[in-house]
Amino acid sequence: MKKYTYTEKQDTRSGFGAGLAELGKTNEKVVALCADLTPSLKMADFIEANPERFFQTGIAEANMMGMAAGLTIGGYIPYTGTFANFSTGRVYDQIRQSIAYSGKNVKICASHAGLTLGEDGATHQILEDIGLMKMLPGMTVINPCDYNQTKAATIAIAEHEGPVYLRFGRPKVPIFTPADQKFEIGKAIMLNEGTDVTIIATGHLVWEAIKAGEALEEKGISAEIINIHTIKPLDEEAIIKSVKKTGCVVSAEEHNFLGGLGESVARTLAEHHPAPQEFVATKDTFGESGTPEQLMDKYGLNAEAIVAASEKVIKRK
Amino acid sequence: MANIEELKSFATQVRRDIVRQVHKVNSGHPGGSLGCTEFLVALYQEIMDHDPSFNMDGIGEDIFFLSNGHISPVFYSVLARSGYFPVEELGTFRMINSRLQGHPTTHEGLPGVRIASGSLGQGMSVALGAAQAKKLNKDHKLVFTLHGDGELQEGQNWEAIMYAGANGVDNIISTVDVNGQQIDGSTDTVLNMGDLKAKFEAFGWDVLKVAEGNDIEKVIEGLKEAKQHTGKGKPVCVLLTTVMGNGVDFMMGTHEWHGKAPNDEQLESALAQNPETLGDY
Ligand SMILES: Cc1ncc(C[n+]2csc(CCOP(=O)(O)OP(=O)(O)O)c2C)c(N)n1
Ligand SMILES: [Mg+2]
Repeated sequence: MKKYTYTEKQDTRSGFGAGLAELGKTNEKVVALCADLTPSLKMADFIEANPERFFQTGIAEANMMGMAAGLTIGGYIPYTGTFANFSTGRVYDQIRQSIAYSGKNVKICASHAGLTLGEDGATHQILEDIGLMKMLPGMTVINPCDYNQTKAATIAIAEHEGPVYLRFGRPKVPIFTPADQKFEIGKAIMLNEGTDVTIIATGHLVWEAIKAGEALEEKGISAEIINIHTIKPLDEEAIIKSVKKTGCVVSAEEHNFLGGLGESVARTLAEHHPAPQEFVATKDTFGESGTPEQLMDKYGLNAEAIVAASEKVIKRK
Repeated sequence: MANIEELKSFATQVRRDIVRQVHKVNSGHPGGSLGCTEFLVALYQEIMDHDPSFNMDGIGEDIFFLSNGHISPVFYSVLARSGYFPVEELGTFRMINSRLQGHPTTHEGLPGVRIASGSLGQGMSVALGAAQAKKLNKDHKLVFTLHGDGELQEGQNWEAIMYAGANGVDNIISTVDVNGQQIDGSTDTVLNMGDLKAKFEAFGWDVLKVAEGNDIEKVIEGLKEAKQHTGKGKPVCVLLTTVMGNGVDFMMGTHEWHGKAPNDEQLESALAQNPETLGDY
């Protein structure tokens, strides 16, 4: 089993900020918009270097999404920045009509997704955004797992023609993916091969899946661990191939089990290779205030929960 | 009317509560909270006819909606010290399993809260619905609201403002916390909103300005006058000029303290500037 280690923790939003700053230097078509949250989105470096390519909309996300759609008409590649809740639910019809249905090349960059936003509480902790975004025809949905991967994804989506939802977060999490790893949209990353259970994780749960894999190995269980950074289009081939081998699957995400990665996996398997599945996800609930660790523990979104789900699903084979 | 000195010491205690809540969990929004202290103290201690035994429908009483939910620390302190829930509960602010969520919510059943807020720009619409319900119920009490000035950049406000003017919803008093600050800087630099008075008036509102929003006497005077303006066919707006971070010298007048907690040393200084009056929780 491959060992993953880290020397540093960083927030994925900082990976976004670094990727955006780099795009500022390398791609003159990239422009950025923000609705009064530039410190939270780590946009300062881009803004400082490219003030003319930055649009401060004020606290007006609907206008921001519409303006982003408009900026594509004329050839620009707009990156919008606000919290995940205000990037999706707040502006769903603007995204649906002016961006997705109109086929506009807007990159919706969403920070503070999920429970790990912490103390601000449920009003800000969206756990439904993946579902909202993946249901929109033509929308690409990406949820990277660490700083390096978020930076790489931020840069890669500029080359992809079409709307993208890029989801990242607030807490500092281990950096374990290689800094030079190329980001391939829609391509699953095999982290560890195994034979007893497939663990498919996205975002902050990927590191937890790695830790769960180690704990399972100690119990004599061989887990195959896959990082699904792109929820849509989903790498169905990789999932089917793995589950054909292991015969069962655990999906893990910082999102509601209704509408999330897990449901996409379940649909894929139902169509191609039905298999028992357990869902490590929130179970149709809102979040609440607390520290990120407390919340991930209370709502069962950590390595221990993945281990328990793996043991359970293996019994169901 | 309560003694002004008593209200001032009430406000001092509220300021202590604000910085202590935020400091304990190293998160939350002291700036706007401190700036709106006098307003909320005036509202709950002097202006509103309200019942701390709390009934969601609020029939026969004045009711209040906090639209800029991030200033929950001042709201919670004033609610607790007005008898809505035990003041000790302020010690659970933003902690797991608490009723005092980061932003006010009905989900955990905290008395005094009638709607979730935190996602900005939604409070006035809700308040208008409640104001219309009061009219249907032939309930002559009033609906009060508070909004941040940056918050007014959200378009939904202007849908609500337009509705209220067009439909003569004259049992609402909406106050705007004009502190001139938001997250990314001053409201003028982020997105200049121009002449707010003229804007509200153009939408059919009766607008009052209270220039000294941190002088509790002036706030009470202004709100009393605003009450006189209700029931005359127009919604009433109070543009309340305040200082973000008021009462804690190093927090005053800057967006830096919009959503940042003081460290131990800063807390000590903030508390020294606001000596205990009603007793800490
Ligand atoms: C819809 C929405 N967008 C963005 C935010 C993030 N946010 C919280 S407070 C704030 C600034 C609010 O400014 P203002 O209303 O002037 O309040 P003040 O800073 O003066 O307390 C922002 C952008 C939010 N809570 N809701
Ligand atoms: Mg303000």
